Amino acid sequence: MAEEAKNNGGEHAVVVAAGHGSVEAAAGTAVIPSDAVQNPGLPPHRKRVTDLDPKKDKSAERTVYTLFYLSIAGSLGAVLAYMFFPIETGELMAIRLHTMFVGLGMALALLAVGIGAVHWGKAIMADHESIDYRHPVASDAPTREGSAEVFKLADEESGFSRRSLVRNSLIGALIAFPLPGITLLRGLGPQDRDPVELAHHTMWTEGVRLARDPSGVPIKASEVTIGSAFHVIPETLNHEDFEKMTLDERGGSVHLLDAKAKAIVLLMRLNQEDLHELPERKDWSYDGIVAYSKVCTHVGCPVALYEQHTHHLLCPCHQSQFDVSEHAKVIFGPAKRPLPQLPITVDDEGYLVAQSDFHEPVGPSFWERLK
Amino acid sequence: MSSTVTETPASSQQAQNGSSRFTAAAANYIDERTKIGVAVKEFGRKVFPDHWSFLLGEVALYSFVVILLSGTFLTLFFQASMVETHYTGPYVPMKGVEMSVAMASTLDISFSVRGGLLMRHVHHWAALLFVASIGLHMLRIFFTGAFRKPRELNWVIGFVLFILAMAEGFTGYSLPDDVLSGNGLRIIDGIIKAIPVIGTYLSFFFFGGEFPGTAIVGRLYMLHIMVLPALVILFIALHLAFVVIHKHTQYPGPGKTQQNVVGFPVLPVYAAKAGGFFFIVFGVIVLIASLVGINPIWNYGPYDPSPVSAGTQPDWYIGFADGMLRLVPPGLETEWFGYTWSWNMLLPLAIIGLFIVLVMIYPFIEAWVTGDKREHHILDRPRNAPTRTAIGAAGVTFYAVMWAGASSDLMATHFQLSMEGVIHGLQALLILGPIFAYQVAKRICIALQKKDRSIALHGYESGRIVRMPGGEFVEVHKPLDEYESWQLVSYHDYAPLMLRPNDDGRIPFSQRLRAGFSRWFFEDRIVPPSKGEIEQGHHEGH
Amino acid sequence: MARAKKNLRKSGRRHPLATVALVAVGLLVTGAAYAGFSQTSATAEVDLTSPATIEAGEKLFGANCATCHGAAAEGTPDGPTLIGVGAASVNFQVGTGRMPLAFQGPQGMVKPQQFTEEQTLQMAAYVASLAPGPALPETQYLQADSDDEGVANGASLFRINCAMCHNVAAAGGALTEGKFAPKLTGVAPTHIYEAMITGPQNMPVFSDANISPQDKADIISYLKYIENQPAVGGLTLGSIGPVAEGLFIWVIGLGAVIGLTVWVTAKSN
Repeated sequence: MAEEAKNNGGEHAVVVAAGHGSVEAAAGTAVIPSDAVQNPGLPPHRKRVTDLDPKKDKSAERTVYTLFYLSIAGSLGAVLAYMFFPIETGELMAIRLHTMFVGLGMALALLAVGIGAVHWGKAIMADHESIDYRHPVASDAPTREGSAEVFKLADEESGFSRRSLVRNSLIGALIAFPLPGITLLRGLGPQDRDPVELAHHTMWTEGVRLARDPSGVPIKASEVTIGSAFHVIPETLNHEDFEKMTLDERGGSVHLLDAKAKAIVLLMRLNQEDLHELPERKDWSYDGIVAYSKVCTHVGCPVALYEQHTHHLLCPCHQSQFDVSEHAKVIFGPAKRPLPQLPITVDDEGYLVAQSDFHEPVGPSFWERLK
Repeated sequence: MSSTVTETPASSQQAQNGSSRFTAAAANYIDERTKIGVAVKEFGRKVFPDHWSFLLGEVALYSFVVILLSGTFLTLFFQASMVETHYTGPYVPMKGVEMSVAMASTLDISFSVRGGLLMRHVHHWAALLFVASIGLHMLRIFFTGAFRKPRELNWVIGFVLFILAMAEGFTGYSLPDDVLSGNGLRIIDGIIKAIPVIGTYLSFFFFGGEFPGTAIVGRLYMLHIMVLPALVILFIALHLAFVVIHKHTQYPGPGKTQQNVVGFPVLPVYAAKAGGFFFIVFGVIVLIASLVGINPIWNYGPYDPSPVSAGTQPDWYIGFADGMLRLVPPGLETEWFGYTWSWNMLLPLAIIGLFIVLVMIYPFIEAWVTGDKREHHILDRPRNAPTRTAIGAAGVTFYAVMWAGASSDLMATHFQLSMEGVIHGLQALLILGPIFAYQVAKRICIALQKKDRSIALHGYESGRIVRMPGGEFVEVHKPLDEYESWQLVSYHDYAPLMLRPNDDGRIPFSQRLRAGFSRWFFEDRIVPPSKGEIEQGHHEGH
Repeated sequence: MARAKKNLRKSGRRHPLATVALVAVGLLVTGAAYAGFSQTSATAEVDLTSPATIEAGEKLFGANCATCHGAAAEGTPDGPTLIGVGAASVNFQVGTGRMPLAFQGPQGMVKPQQFTEEQTLQMAAYVASLAPGPALPETQYLQADSDDEGVANGASLFRINCAMCHNVAAAGGALTEGKFAPKLTGVAPTHIYEAMITGPQNMPVFSDANISPQDKADIISYLKYIENQPAVGGLTLGSIGPVAEGLFIWVIGLGAVIGLTVWVTAKSN
């Protein structure tokens, strides 16, 4: 503190002109000229109409108690509305009316009592300005000295400064004592699972049929006309099959929605000539039909806004755009990586099936994604 | 001790009638057990200054009370469980649909509990008003310089309340487990996973396994109805205690000094006004709630990772963060040392974090720059602190552009623009907007100061033109009375800090930096007119 | 659970008084007017296979469409080929006024129809005669009369397949480069159905193999349900979600409260 005050050259630079009738205790860095305008003091009090005219006063009083009575009426109205606008028919209109009339009754009750009280305060209660005096926030010098003395005495009596080993070991103990509590929080996540491992697997494996979301009816390649978009889940993603599967078959997921959150896919069919495929991924599509993970590589919203002529996929959350004709590469927005492609083919019966799981983790980036 | 015994019957004998005898007896009973008389005498006639902008904090406080009341009602019916069930209530499009108990109970509150929908509306609208009024209250504090000594810590406390309010809002938004809130949590999951080293595990702990899991609603519920409200109440108590200790600031004006507070006493005027105002705020919220719907979860349906709605946005107070996520430049993700570095998330987080910290510690920055160590109880008119006002305008613009970013898609459809154009425009505005706002605000402040000075010196333009004997036409200026004049001239001129060598005869870099900031902060200032100048001005003006 | 069961038992069909009450407070309540069901099918009395109809359609086509789509509907740089798009596509594009285009923009806009229903169907017949394509929908799927289960099924399908572009409340949404998915309220069931099977503009195709005709009927029933039922919460603010709610609280809510603070602190007369 002392050093700062010393280095604060500002105090020397200013023209501090206390006095001259000014009430300022200390001007700080302010520059106050010697002939500064003086505070003229409070302006004369203006009386209200209710102070001058007893009739007006009476009428204000009437307004206030009328408002209070109105408030009672509002409260009772809300109770009556509660009773006489039943919602048990399930009719939306009934619920609508119930909500509105109970609400309007309450609003009337609240606004009337509020406005009445404020009007009372403004128009009827004495309105002479009052003045409170301020004192510096800091305690006065004797109090400060007294409190410093308290600390000093406590230090002496306890030996807190003197017995350094006691003090330091106490600090150590206090630092260590929350550790078990923090450790307990490890239990927030399952002990025996590895999130990195889980993020690398989904329910898709070789031969799993692509099915419609949410009905689970499998899709034949012949049903996917050009320009179509199908929202796809694995055929086995339903409660009945899911119960029977091992954890591995579920892609490690315990709950159905956990599995679905990783496995959702958008299936589209383009004209073959519109599809610009990498040679090594040429057999990942079937007859112009391609399947991409629906989970955005930015923060994981479902990317499902497909434009059939531009072949753009748009994420509605943060506007990342992906070009389906070029392996869903990013063409706009905050996402960096293309959507992972699900390699597909058809089975003997003509149904679309996965060739394997995704070849990379789906969804938003995470630290160990390349592991 | 015996004196108390003898006094009690004496005071009751003085009572004139039954009711005042009862009041006196009750007051005596309570005081003998609580010593409340001291508090009443100390605080009962405490003075509060009257200005509309001083009520913004009260709006926040009262909204919070409304939130507590309506929230308590909702907890009687809401079940924070993610166990699967099938909806059996009256809303036809949801009949038989599989959903979590949380969602089903929220639908029941809306459709099957009398007054339930009204209370959901009240709770949600009050929450939006709560955060909005805190924001406006903070702007008032900032632009009037009310955060200066001795109130810096109370600014920080208030700022913590703002953050807590946002956390309260977000946890509440996530509870119904509908498609909107689920996708909001999905985004939170994506953001957490982007944190280097620990992100994957943090998300794993947060959701109790994989996203979405079955734990998150229960965990957020605990935060929403217990931990966060307790913290909010604690910080409100601190905040208000400091208001009492510091006494309220007041705007400059005749009769108002650094040593007094001019206004009305708590009892009775402020009790009536502030008490009445609570009911008014409550009434406005209920009026809105009874007429305007909010968050129709039955449209969104139960959370399922597959669907999403066009126009998926958070509530307004999280909008700035969502907007920042949208406005980052493309392609910001690198793979270094075999790990993924998601700069497209880390950069916005860093910018938002820096912005928040700067706002939080602004009082200390300004105190350091100005070197001002006085207590300030008289507020600045924003024009009389041009640099601070300009900084505020720049900050508000920066926030507003981030915020607008969250509705880029809606701006595109509603103004028939291309979404890409809107985003590129906002990206440019994010950088240029604050600079522009800074300059404009500063110029406007200085222009207003000049106008004030000219009016103080020459009086108002009366609009009356007179012809002088010499044939010259002049407009008569109407001089101000001393009260009007004081309003215009009662501010201080400040000098920038001067560089002075320390004991070693050197000027350390930190001091050069500080002096540089100080010069910048106080440049272009307009000196308030002195008494002599005003007298001279009046002669010239006529 | 007991409460839920009770509701199920009590929730019958529409209460006779509801409509009366609705009319009485309609103005006060919301802007969600109780719009009657729009006209249903467009199949009218025009025989799409008769040579006379096709010939009339060809003439209309030559005069109004050939500039962009080519004399034989083979397509030009200004407009795609219409061979194989089917009658449904013509009825949708012309019937909603999107075609003929007013100007080349990001996408065709809805405007007042330029042709009568009969003329539209004649052109549809002509285009359908060029090559097989999606035919006009059958009237039975356009009645929007699915039962409760159907409405719930339609809602579920709508959320999965449609909501990401058209918004969960069918209020519309933005697409890339100035394109948008329009709002679906006030759209005739025929046109909703035809849009699904033809995939107009950039909308993907939802063929009958993907979403069965009955499922489409359920989706239409759901859309008409949310269109015709009163908005249960009151004013919907355009059903566009939290952004509208945020604007409302800042402008109207906080505006009203600030007005009241000024009154509370102003000195009385």
